[in-house]
Amino acid sequence: MSKAAIEGPPKGGFSFDLCRRNEMLLQKGLNAPSFLKTGTTIVGLVFQDGVILGADTRATEGPIVADKNCEKIHYIAPNIYCCGAGTAADTEAVTDMVSSQLTLHRHHTGRESRVVTALTLLKSHLFSYQGYVSAALVLGGVDFTGPHLHTIYPHGSTDTLPFATMGSGSLAAMAVFESKYREGLTRDEGVQLVAEAISSGIFNDLGSGSNVDICVLTKGHKEYLRNHLQPNPRTYISEKGYSFSKKTEVLLTKITPLRDSIHIIEGGDEMEE
Amino acid sequence: MSIFEYNGSALVAMVGKNCFAIASDRRLGVQLQTIATDFQRIYRIHDKLFIGLSGLATDAQTLYQRLVFRHKLYQLREERDMKPETFASLVSAILYEKRFGPYFCQPVIAGLGEEDKPFICTMDSIGAKELAKDFVVAGTASESLYGACEAMFKPDMEAEELFETISQALLSSVDRDCLSGWGGHVYVVTPTEVKERILKGRMD
Repeated sequence: MSKAAIEGPPKGGFSFDLCRRNEMLLQKGLNAPSFLKTGTTIVGLVFQDGVILGADTRATEGPIVADKNCEKIHYIAPNIYCCGAGTAADTEAVTDMVSSQLTLHRHHTGRESRVVTALTLLKSHLFSYQGYVSAALVLGGVDFTGPHLHTIYPHGSTDTLPFATMGSGSLAAMAVFESKYREGLTRDEGVQLVAEAISSGIFNDLGSGSNVDICVLTKGHKEYLRNHLQPNPRTYISEKGYSFSKKTEVLLTKITPLRDSIHIIEGGDEMEE
Repeated sequence: MSIFEYNGSALVAMVGKNCFAIASDRRLGVQLQTIATDFQRIYRIHDKLFIGLSGLATDAQTLYQRLVFRHKLYQLREERDMKPETFASLVSAILYEKRFGPYFCQPVIAGLGEEDKPFICTMDSIGAKELAKDFVVAGTASESLYGACEAMFKPDMEAEELFETISQALLSSVDRDCLSGWGGHVYVVTPTEVKERILKGRMD
């Protein structure tokens, strides 16, 4: 900002302008704020026709629940979805970025995207930032080579698995998977098992909560079951609501009426020569 | 002490029936000393889009100036105003660009989108969007605000009732926070008018 008189839209990538100032503030004893994290339980499993992904819906900011119903299953391609745990901004940014790159790639090649393409793009981005982009992902999809499920860690390592869990609730969910998973599950059995694993995370892990989201991916078809299970409804709701007997004292009121915007008419006179 | 507690702020936005309300406190302080009691935290981007910026006041003002610049460029190129959802994505991108050296700001965005459908969202300081259908809060008083809004909010309130609810939630929450208060500033926006009101609160 100091060198450029006019600043246009950025060319992309990170900008480190404020790092020096923030370092100085830290030294003066002003601690950095905590970022929105998705404490999370995210899972995936491979069943006979494809892949099922599941996630809880709680987003935390320190010990406070910031969002009771956030979406953790991100779209990557029509046949590929990705669950994200870790710093919320990082998971959203990295999955959106790879999704755009894959859309361009599909236009270049004219073919359906492959899960391993998304995997490679994600892992190389995360590795190049050496774990500072804190995104732990469960990537699943069905392409012409079949169903695939991968986990990606913030430092860039990946695993290819038949069933996987990530996030703070991963141990609770993995316990359910390890005891009940078998190969060749049907769709309903798979959805039931994923719902049970996420519920186990919701009830036993403090960083996960609220509802269960599920995404079923099969060849040529996807089903996004948003809030498939809502095991935590609000119990005590007052019928009457709040009524304020003493109104707030207003010092000043300013009313600005909004005009209708000007409509552009087609045609019109030609300019004079 | 956290950087967010250097200046102190309280921001809340709520959705009503075809309208929205966005409210802030008015105190500007330097740690425990109050410098100003009429500080503006909510800015108008265009008639149907408002952004409130909590956190470090200097970053809030810088960020606001950058956003107004980008919106004016958009208006010149597209010959129309930005939709709230688009604006939220723009703010998120600008904040994420500074992921490793962030602006110490938490924005609260409120607007009327297509067909005057109210839209509110908040973000953390690196751009993680949180869309909500009922209310969003930010600032040092955010924990009290969460509690007050959960209890007082009802869906589909009309403009007058929404104003009363958001004012009561704001004033009761800032009373429990040393760093914010000194009155309130509420904007209630319906498709036909913008009502801006200054509230009288405790002056401590």
